[in-house]
Amino acid sequence: MRITCPICGDRDRREFYVKGAALARPEASATLEDWHEHVNLRDNRAGETKELWYHEMGCSAWIEVCRNTVSHEIVSTRLAATADLGAKR
Amino acid sequence: MADLIALTPCDGLLPVTIGSINLTEDVPEAMTLIAPYAGQEEAVSERLEAAHGMAFPAANRSTGKAGARAIWFGQGAALLQGSAATQELADIAALTDQSDAWAVVRLEGKSAAEVLARLAPVDLRSQVFKRGHTARCEVSHMMGSITRVGPEAFQIMVFRSMARTLVHDLKTAMAAVDARG
Ligand SMILES: [Zn+2]
Repeated sequence: MRITCPICGDRDRREFYVKGAALARPEASATLEDWHEHVNLRDNRAGETKELWYHEMGCSAWIEVCRNTVSHEIVSTRLAATADLGAKR
Repeated sequence: MADLIALTPCDGLLPVTIGSINLTEDVPEAMTLIAPYAGQEEAVSERLEAAHGMAFPAANRSTGKAGARAIWFGQGAALLQGSAATQELADIAALTDQSDAWAVVRLEGKSAAEVLARLAPVDLRSQVFKRGHTARCEVSHMMGSITRVGPEAFQIMVFRSMARTLVHDLKTAMAAVDARG
C-alpha cells in the first residue's frame, strides 16, 4: 500500500502510523451525548472512509487519508491541518 | 571538572570500504534545527542567505554545499550544517542545537543508490533523486534523512544512538551489492 504525503510525495505504508477515524472535534459546548458519539461510536462502513495517518518516518505531518476499505484504494490525501477538524474555541 | 574525551557518533566504526563503495563519517562543526515561526518563512530565508550564503530550502530539497548546507528536515523545518546558526534568526524562528544528536555518514561509489535501495523505501536513482534532493524517510527501520550530495554520493543521517545499527546495516547492504558484482 502506498500513501501520498502532501509534502513528501508517494511513500510506502510502513513509513506511517495510523490513528483512526478523522472526526471533527465537538464544540466546547457539546453535550455528554455528543462526546460519547465522538469517542466511542463509529460507522465502520464498507467503502470510502477518512482516517488520520501520521508520517512518522518522514516529514512528521498528520494527514487525512480517504481510503476505500473494500478495494484498499487510497482515494485522496491532504494535510490534517487543512481538513477543518478542530472545533471553534 | 573531569577532563572528558569527546567521541564522534561513529568512533571506531568508520571508515569502511567494501569493493568500490566507501562509507565515511562526516562531523559537521555544528547542526542547528531552524523552524520559522508562522509567516516568517521568507524573512528567515533572507537572513539565512545574508549570514550563511544559502536560502531556506524548499520541501525535499537542500541548499548550500559541502561544509555549509541547509537540509529540509520535515514539515516547517530545516537543519543547518556547518557553522552555528546566526542569532539574527532567533526572533523569527525556533533554533535548536542538535550538533551532538545525529550520526552523519557519507556513502560514495558507483552502486551507492543500489545499497540504499536495500534500506530505504524511496526511489533514489539519479534520474529521480538528483543532487541537492533530500528525503526524510525510513532507513532500515530508523527515522532518517538522505541527501544526494554528489553524482555517486549520499549523506545519510539517523539519531546518534543508532549509529552502530546504521553502520552495521549499511555494511551488510554494501557487502551484498558488492557480491553481486
Ligand atoms: Zn511526509
